[in-house]
Amino acid sequence: MVLAVPDWPGHLAGQHVDVRLTAEDGYQAQRSYSIASPPDDNERLVLTVERLDDGEVSPYLVDELRPGDRLEFRGPIGGYFVWDASMGGPLFLVAGGSGICPLMAMIRHRAASANTVPTRLLYSSRSLADVIYRDELDRQVAMDGGLHVVHTLTRAQPEGWNGHSRRIDAEMLEEVGWAPAERPLAFVCGPTPLVEAVARTLVDLGHEARRVKTERFGPTGG
Amino acid sequence: MDESQLRLDGNAAAGVLQEIFVQELTAARGACAACGMVAHIGAQHLYMYPRAPGAVLRCNTCDSVLMVVVNDRGRRRFGLPGLTWLEVPEPPPGG
Repeated sequence: MVLAVPDWPGHLAGQHVDVRLTAEDGYQAQRSYSIASPPDDNERLVLTVERLDDGEVSPYLVDELRPGDRLEFRGPIGGYFVWDASMGGPLFLVAGGSGICPLMAMIRHRAASANTVPTRLLYSSRSLADVIYRDELDRQVAMDGGLHVVHTLTRAQPEGWNGHSRRIDAEMLEEVGWAPAERPLAFVCGPTPLVEAVARTLVDLGHEARRVKTERFGPTGG
Repeated sequence: MDESQLRLDGNAAAGVLQEIFVQELTAARGACAACGMVAHIGAQHLYMYPRAPGAVLRCNTCDSVLMVVVNDRGRRRFGLPGLTWLEVPEPPPGG
């Protein structure tokens, strides 16, 4: 979803907006969506919305919204789950499904600001077709030796797939991530069970809890 | 539904907190009155109950209620029953 926002004040990578829909009878529903575009691109705001069949808001945004429609929203908001180039790294980004969105804003911000903070992304998807931003990530990795991307496909793998094919576990986090002694900044975003398991495991592995930041996508996120 | 399934991060409360607090509050630190643990508001656990008109922020360590937001007939009530203190950066001079 690409939005033109007049007088957008600018945002930080990782921030979100609250989108509010109002029905004709006055009923209102509000949801938070992460901003996927980097702060360096102020002309347009990109939100990636995953359609949930039983959602109140996402089916409207995905199926009904047309170019030229106007949306009511509040933002940018959030000051905790954000990364700015000045915060340094190394960065360890862990995404589950559409949890990639705020992390993509960080990857794009890092690229747009020619930042060289070593960055590793561990990205869990159901199948290759479910991987959002696959081409862009491939292109970025090819151009940038400081960015390392590892996929795991948990439900279906294409023939000849030699990547990971299980849920993220301690062994995978150790293999892909940084050693605790490197003091990485970790950002974990995805469905609640994945986020909680990953955050707990990182702390168990010896990472400082305050350097592991999380953003859970709950069932009210639809 | 299992209650842990409803759990979000305090990050998701940023919008509603912005309505009454001048500073961005999810990056603020707060101390839990029950267990004393200090954490960023964005890192606490937020429960948005689908059948109740509001949100509850709980300590990510001991699960005590830190803050509640209740919507009622055009008003919004903020309660902070479980925070000993909140800490925000000093605003820049002249700000």
